[in-house]
Formats: sequence, C-alpha cells, structure tokens
Amino acid sequence: MLKKKDIISISDFTKEEILYILKTAEEMNKKDCSELCKGKILATLFFEPSTRTRLSFETSMKRMGGSVIGFSGEESTSRSKGESLYDTIKIVEGYADIVVMRHKVDGSARLAAEASKIPIINGGDGSNQHPTQMLLDLYTIKQSQGKLENLKIAMVGDLKYGRTVHSLAAAMAMFNAEMYFVAPEQLQMPNYIIEDLQKSNINYHIVDNMQDVIGKVDILYMTRIQKERFPDLQEYEKVKNVFILNKKLLETAKPNMKIMHPLPRVNEISEEVDIEPHAYYFNQAHYGIPVRMAIIALLLGCVK
Amino acid sequence: MSSENIFKENLFNHKSNKNLAQELNDANLAQESKQEINDEYQQMKLGKIKEGTVLDHIPPDLCFKIINLLNLEQHGRVISAATNLTSTKMGKKGMIKISGKILSEKEVNRIVVVAPNVTYSTITDYQAVKKVKLKVPQEIVGIVKCNNPNCITNVESVQTKFKIVSEEPLKIKCNYCERTTVKEEIKLLM
Ligand SMILES: [Zn+2]
Repeated sequence: MLKKKDIISISDFTKEEILYILKTAEEMNKKDCSELCKGKILATLFFEPSTRTRLSFETSMKRMGGSVIGFSGEESTSRSKGESLYDTIKIVEGYADIVVMRHKVDGSARLAAEASKIPIINGGDGSNQHPTQMLLDLYTIKQSQGKLENLKIAMVGDLKYGRTVHSLAAAMAMFNAEMYFVAPEQLQMPNYIIEDLQKSNINYHIVDNMQDVIGKVDILYMTRIQKERFPDLQEYEKVKNVFILNKKLLETAKPNMKIMHPLPRVNEISEEVDIEPHAYYFNQAHYGIPVRMAIIALLLGCVK
Repeated sequence: MSSENIFKENLFNHKSNKNLAQELNDANLAQESKQEINDEYQQMKLGKIKEGTVLDHIPPDLCFKIINLLNLEQHGRVISAATNLTSTKMGKKGMIKISGKILSEKEVNRIVVVAPNVTYSTITDYQAVKKVKLKVPQEIVGIVKCNNPNCITNVESVQTKFKIVSEEPLKIKCNYCERTTVKEEIKLLM
C-alpha cells in the first residue's frame, strides 16, 4: 500500500516505495483493469500544454474505466483572468477524485498538493520535477534489463538543463548504477547532482563523446540539445553533430544495450536506428501507460 | 550617566564616544589599550536592563545587521549595542540589549537564520529568566525569500518554507521549488 497522498517529487520516495509502484505497474499489464477505477474522475489541469503527457494520463484513466475532465493551455480557463492556482485547485477538488497537473512555475505542484484534499500528481512543474517520467524510465530499464541494480547507464546530450536526467541520476543512484555523463562541457551535469553522487559513493565518469561509452553500457539515455541553450550559435554548431546517434556507432554495443529517449526527438537519433534491436524509446513511451495506471489506481485506493 | 545610557550613546551618538568607538574598531590594538577595552566592556556588562532581551555571542560583523533585521530603529526604548568585544569563547563578539521588548518567535528565527549561535536571554527585574543558545529550527517559515524567480512563492502569495539541509555551514532547501540556498545567499523577507 502506498502511504503517500500525492506524487510530487522523487525526493519524497524511498526505494521501497518506488519498487512498489513498479511492481503494481507490472501487475497492471497482466490483469483486466477495465473497471478498476469505474466511476472515478481524473482532472487533467495542463496550465502548460504537453500533449504527450496529457494523452498518456487520459489513456491510463480510460483503460481503467474512469473518466477525464480538464483543460490544456492557460487560455482555456479563468487563469487568463488572473485566478490563482490555489483557487483553481480548491474548485477542482470538488469536481474530481484525482488531479494531474502541469504548470510552468517551479513548486506549483507542491502548493497544489498542500491546498488540495484530493491526490495531486505532478505532471511537470517548471524545471523542477516530473516524477512520473522518472518512474516510467525506471520501469523501462527494469523491463529491458530484468533488473535495476548495478547497471551501467550513459546519459547523453543536455545534462545541465535536462530535468529528466537529473531525476534519473538520483533514482539510479539508489540502485547503485555506474554512470557516464556524455555532454559538451557547457552542458555537463550540474555540480549539486555530482556532489550528491559522490556522497552516495556512486561511480561516475564525465565524458565528451559517445564512441567511448557505447560498448560499455546497458542503457544509453539520449536527450535533445536545444539550440536556445547556447548564447553563441558557433558553439552550438560545433557540438550539434557530436551527439547524434547513428547505426555505425552501435557496432560496439553489447547485445542487451537499449537506447532510451524521453521524446520528442529532433535529430539526435537517426531514423535508421529505429529498426535496430537496441532501439527502445517507443517501448518506453508505451510503458508510460501501465506506470500511470498504477499511480492513479494506488492514489485512489483502487488497488492496495 | 547610568550604564544603560552609556550603551545608548555608543549606538546612537558615536561622536560623544569617539574614543571608545575608534578603539573598538581597531583590530591591531596594543596590549595596553586591549586591557582598556576589556575594562570598558566589563563596565558595560554591568549595566543591566530592568526588563527586555539580551543577545550575546553575536559574530562581531553581524551585530548591526541584527539591529536592522529586528527593525529596532522603530523601538522607542533604550537599546544598547557593542561589537568587537573581547570574548574568551569567540575571540571577538557583539552584544545587544533591548529594553522593554521580548522577541517574538518569528523575530528569534530571523536572527537564527543569519547568526545561528547567538545566546538569547529574557530579562525580568534585572535577572535573566530564560537563557537559551539559539538553534536553527527544522523548518523556516515566512522568513527567507526564495532566490529562484520562477518559484511559486515569488509568483503567488504563498508563505515561503525552507527545510534545513545542513546546519553548519547553513544550507536550506525550498519546500516548493526544491532549490538549495547557502548561508551567504540567504535574503530575508521584510
Ligand atoms: Zn523556491
């Protein structure tokens, strides 16, 4: 049984709680869940639009027989008239049984959880947290490798601003992963993340190219390098092609190696890679469903 | 002049106590004048207040900052303050005595955030009735501003709330946006 009322941040969770959610997600895939949340309503409050995350949550609720209300984008609500987040949550808690929200302000989900009587799921608060993405990443790694402990994982791309890789590094540290951070110097992992890894005695390596690590790792986690992150476009031009994954680079990969990506991708994974047995990013997107089903059902008390 | 008034003069009328002020500020005092200062300090220490608050063991550079953050310029009663006093424990220290004022919990917590090791005494009828070494609370509510401009506490009207990551050196974490702030970066809400 999950003791938490809400899912706001990875820092709220113990390893046992994470494993419990993943185990529940595995069960979701095995049994008939079509009436599990019958009569329950999920409110999707997407103050900041995110089509993929919203569709994933809507699908999850509907697969369990529940229904969905909600909005996407600020224009669709009285938000544009200046209503506070607090007021919006106080109104919606009387309509729905559970809320998933996405908001561009850091810490908004925590505020909503404090205000709300019903469970809040954080679908992304600014640059802070996106815990269901982290949980589905862990679920994907477990499905692809059969375990979570003692794996080798490389994270590639924008490690400085990428909230996904920050959460993933913290989560994989719980499972004693060895980590390779592959990024141009100006987009490397922030110091506070590295310090936490040092405190936990995690083996990590700072690397500036993919060739050196592809043959060593079990998971290659790709992220997008955004042009906007570079004040100097020349700097961007220099690095943009160094971090593109193609078929040739995969020659040294171990047979069990899987490629993940939070999507959407732009050009950092060539399309020729999609048919390789290593490609796993679409599976990853699909695994969002059992994981989010498990989260909703656990918070609603529909599974124990 | 009563000893209570000497304190007041020290703080608010530097000119009339020019010699003392100069000496207090001089880091390279000769042994002789050090003794003089010590005597001066002993004299000041004897000056008791009837009722109010005494803050002792203040890091010498934070004495005036604490006066500011307590908004003491609004306080109509006698306030005395001295800094760079000789301290056996700290080398140098500051001290503030405030007549007719008992600090609220919030005021105490404002002090703790900038100077965690201050000793705080409540005085009734010239006696210290409560003497406590201040300690950083587990949660700092409504005192510190979050430095992240995109934090919800800077966007909506929410009380800030920080948890302590480490006490020495002080490092705190925003309950909402989860950013950490180190001691040097801490800004108090007014
Ligand atoms: Zn904050």
